[in-house]
Amino acid sequence: MDAALSPVAPHEVEDIEIQLLLEALFQRYHYDFRHYARASIKRRLLQARTHFGLPSLTALQERVLHDPEMLPLLLGFLTVQVSEMFRDPAYFRALREQVLPHLRTYPSLKVWIAGCSAGEEVYSLAILFREEGLFDRTMFYATDINPDALRAAEAGVYSLDRIRKFTENHQKSGGRTSLSDYYTADYGRAVFDKSLRANVVFSDHSLVSDAVFGEMQLISCRNVMIYFDRPLQDRAVGLFKDSLARNGFLGIGSKESLRFSRHAGAFADFVPEEKIYRRREP
Amino acid sequence: MTADPARALVIGASAGGVQALLAILPELPADFPLPVLIVLHVPADRSNVLAPLFASKCALTVKEAEDKEPTQPGVVYFAPSDYHLLVEADGALALSSDELVNYSRPSIDVLFESAADAYGAGLVGLVLTGANEDGAAGLKAVAAAGGLTFVEDPASAYARPMPEAALRACPAAQVMSLARIPEVLKGLGQA
Repeated sequence: MDAALSPVAPHEVEDIEIQLLLEALFQRYHYDFRHYARASIKRRLLQARTHFGLPSLTALQERVLHDPEMLPLLLGFLTVQVSEMFRDPAYFRALREQVLPHLRTYPSLKVWIAGCSAGEEVYSLAILFREEGLFDRTMFYATDINPDALRAAEAGVYSLDRIRKFTENHQKSGGRTSLSDYYTADYGRAVFDKSLRANVVFSDHSLVSDAVFGEMQLISCRNVMIYFDRPLQDRAVGLFKDSLARNGFLGIGSKESLRFSRHAGAFADFVPEEKIYRRREP
Repeated sequence: MTADPARALVIGASAGGVQALLAILPELPADFPLPVLIVLHVPADRSNVLAPLFASKCALTVKEAEDKEPTQPGVVYFAPSDYHLLVEADGALALSSDELVNYSRPSIDVLFESAADAYGAGLVGLVLTGANEDGAAGLKAVAAAGGLTFVEDPASAYARPMPEAALRACPAAQVMSLARIPEVLKGLGQA
């Protein structure tokens, strides 16, 4: 049979459409998802296609290319993560009990939350640092590629029905205060105290294309690199390596690993079960 | 007509799933020729006890799936709790912490649909006992890609809703009792 006429499974056509759509997003808007793990990107794009009632990913591409107002909506599908405050409480407990005693020796601190999404981890760390008496000397840098996520993070407003889980996590993390000290309830929403973001800079930053963020004592980037392919993971880990101060700490997601990175040698295990690493002396 | 040779087996289970898998996995021989990818709904804390529990009872290697890990025949991979398990086009595994699907993470549909893309007609999907409807859309995707579809007989399953939903979505699936499943699986991938 003529190769051009041979049968092609529908998903193979979708694979072509995905590649073209990601290329279009990059060329038109400089958002680069070309090195994101494909299986998850595909689920998200198909969800977007369904949401917008479009017949195909090609139709979705056509819409987003010609209508800039579609971009933030599509970014919402491609990037937004549903997280929790103090997600994986044992991670925050390890920070509290094992990392912060080292940070205590510095007169001033910089912490980078890379891929902060709607800010749950930013407020978690701010509360943790306040409880441990380090908040006032710390500058937090919260970055994401999605402007809507950054706005949500900066607002610090979460649905009240999520608070029970947040509170439970906070207690399991060894919290010394009550989470309710930090928010006011208002019409089904929990509005977090703006003093928690007094030392937080929210900023647009891409691990795909942007440069080093200087001299951090702690970088927390959890469940972000899991969406990257190997080369892009390597780029991100290299960025973290170069952004950490000497002996700085890096925390990643519980199912992520530096093991396969070519920068693995630059890091030592610090709390291996919580995926907290420490930058080796260069 | 000869069927496509099987290249991977995906299994989804929920309520009663540990017992069901204990009746299946220990029966598979060490030279079982397919990778086995499993989503079993368990409470979302981090004590991932499934792989150790089954490893001690199985001839096959049993482990928790790792992100970007290539799959190997004769190895059983469990989705870690609180992460979706997916298969990339090159057959490597991928994890995600995307939102819940069918109130579940890991979700059976997420595994089955991505595996159907990756393996096409070489995929075998098996839906076992469960009290929800996760896996129904996934099994339908396996069938649409030309793969083999098996469902535990709802009449004798610990919980009926999941196998029943799978059969509604995928009426052509072969229904079999738990006791017969190991024998059928042992016949897979044989020339």
